[in-house]
Amino acid sequence: MIKLPEPVDQIVVNLLKAANTKLPQDVGWALEAAAGWENDPMARTQLGAIMDNVKKAESLGRPMCQDTGIPIFYVKGRFDSSIGAEIRKGLKKATEIIPLRPNTVDPLTRRNPGDNLGKGMPVIHYIPTDDVFTEISVLVKGAGSENMTRLAMLNPSDGIEGVKRFVADSVLDAGGRPCPPGIVGVGIGGTADECVSMAKEALMSPLDSDNGDPVLKELEEDLFVRLNSSGLGPMGLGGSTTVLGVKIRSAYCHTASLPVAVNIGCWATRRAVARITDNNVEYGQGAEL
Amino acid sequence: MIELRTPFGEDAVRKLKLGDTVYLTGDIITGRDGMHERAIENVRQNRPVPEGIEESVLYHCGPIVARDGNGWRVVAAGPTTSARMNSSEPEMIRKFRIRAIIGKGGMSAEVGEAMSETGCVYLAAVGGAAVSLAESIIGVRGPEWSDLGMAEAMWRFEVEAMGPLIVAMDSEGNSLYENVMSGLIRDI
Ligand code: SF4
Repeated sequence: MIKLPEPVDQIVVNLLKAANTKLPQDVGWALEAAAGWENDPMARTQLGAIMDNVKKAESLGRPMCQDTGIPIFYVKGRFDSSIGAEIRKGLKKATEIIPLRPNTVDPLTRRNPGDNLGKGMPVIHYIPTDDVFTEISVLVKGAGSENMTRLAMLNPSDGIEGVKRFVADSVLDAGGRPCPPGIVGVGIGGTADECVSMAKEALMSPLDSDNGDPVLKELEEDLFVRLNSSGLGPMGLGGSTTVLGVKIRSAYCHTASLPVAVNIGCWATRRAVARITDNNVEYGQGAEL
Repeated sequence: MIELRTPFGEDAVRKLKLGDTVYLTGDIITGRDGMHERAIENVRQNRPVPEGIEESVLYHCGPIVARDGNGWRVVAAGPTTSARMNSSEPEMIRKFRIRAIIGKGGMSAEVGEAMSETGCVYLAAVGGAAVSLAESIIGVRGPEWSDLGMAEAMWRFEVEAMGPLIVAMDSEGNSLYENVMSGLIRDI
């Protein structure tokens, strides 16, 4: 067992508190930049209201949105199998003390245990590496945006144009439901399940991070410009601020497949990261998984 | 910017135009799926309903409310997705002459029809702006139908300068959502 400077359950409480009450800096900057270039007065009003709400949430230490969502955890680095139980303990604690809205229910009976736990909850992804730290990242996902998730198994001949079409339609058909402007997470390639996972993981990385692939980078920029020229605007009420960013992750896929997934993050794309070493815990609000 | 005070009648509602920004002061009630079903069922069965639904401003909201001494304090109160109430709302509007609905995401054409018939508008609150909206609530009474749970029960809020709220469906059957969706540029 690795000796940690702070118990993991407490670190998880800190992460959830930070994610829910403080918007990541890169998302805040993107909102400010958008407010600067937005011409539509109604859209400007709404962007102003969002930023105002973010400031109040941070200064009052309250969740910025009443849908405190479902947290998705990523554990990377060195760890042992006990960490899952510690994360669950931390989530239960956080639900009581922050407080978070108890959101998890049985999918069919809709029974709510009241502690954000339950079979399979929370989702924890494990990424073992040879690093000397343990990194716990959390992405807080509300239902408004998560419900707009889409996966398409395109034909390889649909190519890059097909990918663009599918991403654009997914975002525009969602309209105001995922509380735009937000971040569009895209997965390209892999298997069906891996593709959706990549789309979500893309939301963990800061908006200004570079995925190192010039083709993907160009695609991100192209989609960003096109989506913001669509006219959908904040909350789907019109304007030139529809997305704050597009983030893509990709993997090789079967020669007969072209999977594409879209997982939208709302303006309240809430994330937090703790990098834990033997004698220190460093907190941040974005991570490259 | 328009300052609107409750109570207001059909005339005030008919003056509001698509895209107007409104700040609301006065009394509003909350209602989600459960409250809608209960109210309609009671009317159909000739059973009484709580006071204050008639000619009200109805907020689609499931607030997080905490005990505060003998009263209540609203911790977070952002709008919920209004489309979930599409099927029951026309009857609500006609039966209770609801004057304004506050929510997010807009509602169906059938709801729009009922709104233009009786004189009602749809005000879009900024989705997720839960803290700011909660801060505009200066008084809480209730809940009625508490057996429905904290989120689904009917609360009475006194609000001061609640907003910005945007007139997204007017009393003439126009919808900003529809206008935006039909005018989207989808070029790739
Ligand atoms: S989509 Fe996001 S901002 Fe909107 S209500 Fe849901 S969690 Fe809140």
